Amino acid sequence: MSKLFYTLLILCVLPGALLAQIKISGRVTSPKKQPLVGVNVYIKGSYDGATTAKDGSYSFTTDVTGEAILVASLATMGSIEVKVELNAPSLEQNIVLKETMNELKMVTISSGAFEASDTKKNTVLKPLDIVTTGGANADIVAALKTLPGAQQVGEKEGLFVRGGTGYETQTFIDGMLVRNPFYSGMPDFATRGRFSPFLFKGTTFSSGGYSALYGQGLSSALILETIDLPDQSSSSVNLSSIGFGGAYSHLAKDKKSSYGVEANYMNLTPYFKLVPQVNEPSTYPSGLNTTANFRVKTSKSGMLKFYGAYSRNAFGFKINSLQYPGALEAFDLNNNNAYGNLTYRERINENWKLDMGLSYSYNIDKIKMDTLTKDIPTVNIRSTQALTQYRTVITRNFGHSALRFGAEYQFDQEKMRYNVYDLNYNDHYGAGFAEGDIYFTPRLVARLGARYEYSSIIKAANIAPRAYLAYRTGVKGQVSVSYGTFYQKPEQQYIRLNHDLGYMRATHYIAAYQYISTQHVFRTELFYKKYNDLLKTTPTLNTSGTGYAKGVEFYWRDKKTIKNGDYWISYSYLDTKRDYLNYPFQVQPDFAANHTASFVYKQYFPKMKTYLGATYTFATGRPYYNPTRPESEFMKDRTKSYNTVGFNANYITNIRKAFTVFVFTVTNALGTDQVYGYRYSNDALRRAAVGPMAPRFFFVGMFMSFGIDRSKEVIENN
Amino acid sequence: MKKVLFAIAFCFGLMNLAQAQSQFEAAMEKNVAALNSVTDPSQYQTLANTFDRIAAAEPQQWLPNYYAAYCRVMLAFSNKDADKVDALADAAGANLDKAELLQPNNSEILTVRSMIATSRINVDPMTRGPIYGREAATLLEKAKQVDPENPRVYMLQGQSAYFTPEAFGGSKERAKQLFTLSIEKFAKAKPENKIVPQWGEGYTKGLIEKLSF
Repeated sequence: MSKLFYTLLILCVLPGALLAQIKISGRVTSPKKQPLVGVNVYIKGSYDGATTAKDGSYSFTTDVTGEAILVASLATMGSIEVKVELNAPSLEQNIVLKETMNELKMVTISSGAFEASDTKKNTVLKPLDIVTTGGANADIVAALKTLPGAQQVGEKEGLFVRGGTGYETQTFIDGMLVRNPFYSGMPDFATRGRFSPFLFKGTTFSSGGYSALYGQGLSSALILETIDLPDQSSSSVNLSSIGFGGAYSHLAKDKKSSYGVEANYMNLTPYFKLVPQVNEPSTYPSGLNTTANFRVKTSKSGMLKFYGAYSRNAFGFKINSLQYPGALEAFDLNNNNAYGNLTYRERINENWKLDMGLSYSYNIDKIKMDTLTKDIPTVNIRSTQALTQYRTVITRNFGHSALRFGAEYQFDQEKMRYNVYDLNYNDHYGAGFAEGDIYFTPRLVARLGARYEYSSIIKAANIAPRAYLAYRTGVKGQVSVSYGTFYQKPEQQYIRLNHDLGYMRATHYIAAYQYISTQHVFRTELFYKKYNDLLKTTPTLNTSGTGYAKGVEFYWRDKKTIKNGDYWISYSYLDTKRDYLNYPFQVQPDFAANHTASFVYKQYFPKMKTYLGATYTFATGRPYYNPTRPESEFMKDRTKSYNTVGFNANYITNIRKAFTVFVFTVTNALGTDQVYGYRYSNDALRRAAVGPMAPRFFFVGMFMSFGIDRSKEVIENN
Repeated sequence: MKKVLFAIAFCFGLMNLAQAQSQFEAAMEKNVAALNSVTDPSQYQTLANTFDRIAAAEPQQWLPNYYAAYCRVMLAFSNKDADKVDALADAAGANLDKAELLQPNNSEILTVRSMIATSRINVDPMTRGPIYGREAATLLEKAKQVDPENPRVYMLQGQSAYFTPEAFGGSKERAKQLFTLSIEKFAKAKPENKIVPQWGEGYTKGLIEKLSF
């Protein structure tokens, strides 16, 4: 009886009574024997434990005896459990903590891409950078031209990347191809992009080796992701040296839906009267741009978005005729453009995700070209493009790995009337694609994909494989290699003349190293690109051209060294030759410079509430065609090197309750003479330099935003 | 006899339970008190780990995770290495997620969650300021709705008004009003024990003194 009593007594008071303390100590290291600091080491189920010191050592005492579980846990590494026997007065236990799949330490897929995003933690650029880059005038493409890989081409719109033409870079909004991403312009003068950088939460500029989800760009892809719901309702007005406008956006009270409208009117008459242009305007450039959008959160993870834009623009210039000295060439353009994009995304369950999109774009250019005072008939061109497309992408997640597949269909109607001649065609284009991201370990990832395409006007199919392999060398560094085949239809202006052209083709091989922390970015890429089946215009239209591009690029960004300052340096070396269009053999094309460098600097002055940005860009001279030379010296001449400095200043203030920003920008502040190339008369007796419309472009503007921010109101009421 | 034995055993059982209860309170009291005497930020790491251990052993208590999150967010504020701020903020958020399972819609948890959002701003103020600043303000607003008597809500709202540049909507005057309101709420507050959240009064008084000049 008393035996039972004592047993019970012991059992009952045991936890409190047994105070024989055991000392546990040891070191926690990584598999590479590096000490880990801040690891929480403890006996599971008790309070007893300690935190490791700088050398990875820990030591604590416990009242627990017998079999126990020792846990070592570090937020950034994961945790491990070790079974221990606690019966001796002391125990030494060293622990090796292996890394687990943790997003902070995982290798990321960033094949040749510069990404500007708010949502990802470490990116090369932030969306704001596009707006604050000196001399870029808040134009996405102008800002991206300060990154390595892009050429400083001022006479044609688009991104000329790694020996590719502007046509070889395609723009995608929410996955869908944009047919006319730039405003319509005139020959030898580049225009701005149609889309405001404020529309997008993510901008990815891939200078090569991009994903199988995208196609029809031989060189590069500019992938834009539109914003979701705005943070608050707001209205804004703007007034500038080139026009005025206003916007209103409304966020529903339940924060599940929003709509917005915007209108901007642009007229360059006062500006051109004040700042003389090289060419005399016959119709001062003016235009109206309107946009409308709605966004609806259809469920916790579902989102339906619409963005629509309509714009009309007109301008005309009189240019001194090269062919007929003393005469003027008049060029008049009238443009109407409509764009609509409807997308829907939903996470069906933990593993499946659906993305759908529908888009339509319509563009019409009416162009009149007339040699004044000469008995030469007027040329009237009426060119329309209508692109309808549909796209679905399905994603299946396997932990961190993922499989994406989907299809898209595009119906392109291209019409052109040249005086009385019609050159029209339609193209049905379909593509299917699949791509897998495979994480072998947290440090090693592969992306393998392929794309199948068929175009009815090309009357042929192609299969484009893509591959990417990346290995994380440390916390902030990673190396990668990528390969990809890219097909693209020849430019519309050639297809409409000859319906028997094939696809053009490029093959990319890229090796890259990058180091990214929140304060510093370093990147270098080595690339080789092979061109096949490029378009030739001689002897007749065909696709038998060839070419290559190879080079090396560096990028360094530092946000730390200068307080409130930020700078980046880009350098690109490019060696490229191609035999295309009317080239007699492979030569360096007229859009390619061997060396290009940019220096971008931004400084914020908190006391003056002013943000200053300056950009210096340099490029070596580009080849130009000189008809007075023999054919063996085709493209032998070089323009002088290109130098430009752009500035911008933003002053932030409050006018009554409106958040107000004053913006001043100037391109080519020093007025350096810029020559992009030369045009010769048909008899090769006269030539004219191709350059900008004016040595400098000034912009002064004021943006006022009236945020309807409830949280602020509430604070004010207190 | 059996009945007697059973009664004794039952009593001892209760004692154990009581002991466990007091062990929890004693450990919490000791470590919550230690929060007031932190001189070096690295002590927050040690304390966060200690609270994590208590949380793991006491899955029915929300306070250990609450304090672990508090320690980590304080560590994030004092961290000079911007790369580590997000990791600490994420870890603090994970602590609060666990605490919230036991205490949904808790004003104190929402308050610390707003501090997490604020801590992320320093990494990249130009880009993150508008996003996380608004998130922090929304969370504080929610915390106030849940418990209008929580002095820490007004303290943090005042702090936000105090440190935000006037061009971006900050106001020293409004900060002072909010700090005064916070002090009033601190005076009214009657913490039920030494381990429920009661920090911040000294800090608020310090700031209000700065504003008095």
